[in-house]
Amino acid sequence: MILTLALRNLFHDRIRLGVTLVGILFAVVLVAVQLGLYAGTSKMIISMVHQAKGELWIVPYGADSFEGSGVLTGSERHAALSTPGVARAIPIVASFSKWQRPQGGEQLCVIVGVDAADGGLVPWNIVAGSTEALKLPDAVAIDRTYYKDLGVTGLNSTAEVRGSRVRVTALTHGIRSFTTTPYIFTTLNRGRSILKLPPDAATFYLIQLQEGADQGVVQAALAKRLPDVEVITKAEMKRRSIAHWLFGTGAGAALIGGAILGVLVGTVIVAQTLYSSTKDHLNEFATLRALGSSSGYIHKVILAQAALSAILGYVLGMSIAMTVVAISVDTSFPIIMTPQLAFGLFVLTLVMCAASATGAIMKVMKLDPAMVFNR
Amino acid sequence: MSMQPIVNVRDIVKELGQGAGKVRALKGVSMSLNPGELTLLMGPSGSGKTTLLSILGCILSPTEGSITIAGEDTEGLSPEGLADLRRRHVGFVFQSYNLFPTLNALENVRLALDVRGERYADTVIKAETALREVGLANRLRSFPGNMSGGEQQRVAVARALAIRPSVILADEPTAALDSENGHAVMELLSDIAKDESRAVLAVTHDPRTHAYADRIIRIEDGKIIDDERRLTSGDNVTRYDLKRKRKLHA
Repeated sequence: MILTLALRNLFHDRIRLGVTLVGILFAVVLVAVQLGLYAGTSKMIISMVHQAKGELWIVPYGADSFEGSGVLTGSERHAALSTPGVARAIPIVASFSKWQRPQGGEQLCVIVGVDAADGGLVPWNIVAGSTEALKLPDAVAIDRTYYKDLGVTGLNSTAEVRGSRVRVTALTHGIRSFTTTPYIFTTLNRGRSILKLPPDAATFYLIQLQEGADQGVVQAALAKRLPDVEVITKAEMKRRSIAHWLFGTGAGAALIGGAILGVLVGTVIVAQTLYSSTKDHLNEFATLRALGSSSGYIHKVILAQAALSAILGYVLGMSIAMTVVAISVDTSFPIIMTPQLAFGLFVLTLVMCAASATGAIMKVMKLDPAMVFNR
Repeated sequence: MSMQPIVNVRDIVKELGQGAGKVRALKGVSMSLNPGELTLLMGPSGSGKTTLLSILGCILSPTEGSITIAGEDTEGLSPEGLADLRRRHVGFVFQSYNLFPTLNALENVRLALDVRGERYADTVIKAETALREVGLANRLRSFPGNMSGGEQQRVAVARALAIRPSVILADEPTAALDSENGHAVMELLSDIAKDESRAVLAVTHDPRTHAYADRIIRIEDGKIIDDERRLTSGDNVTRYDLKRKRKLHA
């Protein structure tokens, strides 16, 4: 009966139900887009670190992101390789540079120089060309998303990066950066050359461990041998990258702030409509109380109304949010909706609606059942 | 007829309001309701009848005095404790029916059983039985908005009856009804009162209801001024004569 009563109360006033659902829908879409953007940008920010195959990273002291690192001299590699438990130390160079479009004009880009044969980091999602083709003279790999920014039309397009001629020999799909600066994959030596770095220089070393080696022990040993650099885990590298780009720039705070705003606005709208619905049905709740219902029974009716509103609003809101997600797939800022995020959003919607019911429940708690005789 | 009262109130005082606005609505009321009796509580506006009804129904607690319902003392009970007592022992019939407009007749009656925590199947059977008893077997799925006032009040009676309460308290049950429906509802309450496990009290100022009463209690200015039992043989004859007369007119 609780569900029946809640459902009938809800649908009794369809205009109010509409307002409630719009409130929840608004909150769900806003929170889904904001958190989806947060998830999408986080994924973009850590994509390189995530794809790199190495349990530990040797980075210049204070390195805060994949793109924003200083330069290591090269001696670190030998020290690393002589540390017990280390199987490989793979050098990577990654830094900002300028891509000169064939038609004129420049585009900021990130040069990523690494040898695919080392097995540390190779371009993924290749849709044309191959990693092998990166060994060809002047070869680079770019993402299709950035054709327009880079002024190219596809494979074999040519351009210059800081005076060095480059030719597109591989195309990827979906490798985008948070800063909207395209990643340009090339070999380690060509990367050093483009970035004007010394022959042994690297910005990171990816450390792959020997089988059975203890990561913590190896990390401590490396740190002891290399006191002037940092030896961090993959997870720490991801955390630093997100902290730098999302929170150092304020973008993350804006996204989370937007999500909180969505929840607040949704809560206020639902609370207002639920309170007004409860007020309209006050005499019925007083009758219920006179019939001997416990206050818990009445609270359940109100909470069931809130939960039903939450479910309806969530379904409608997520339908719209998923459309927005689909539209955003090929944009510079894709919105991600994972099953975990969708479930979390559902729980958040339920909590939001339950919190909204507080006012209505407080109103009912003050109810005098004797009012049933005053009509 | 067993004379063990179902409801017993002793020296009830009820003060309403606070400070300078405080009013003594009941000034030492003692009375009891016996099983198998339809009692009318009559009195002018402001005499304290609704306050007394609220106390008898465990909706209000008295300022002073004691009340027992079906042998259970209400003293010191919390609002939840009083609600529990109502749930188990008290059925209400309200002047304005107080049906839930969004629920049909069957659901309205089921609701009173559901708050008692009864199983779904039991609530359906008991609600159907109660609605059949009040002559609404063909209106189970009708919503209050599509029913006449008389039918709605019969649903309210069925709702009170379904829980098999020790006492049914009716607040002006005929006030919103025309003469025909008023008589029908009183006849129903009178029949219900014949069950010797239950007492029925109706607050009313409708003189048409006198004919159905086993007893009439008059209250004025917060005190009971008259308690008249009408189950003498002479009165009984008069009462049935009146009923027969009405039927002839119909």
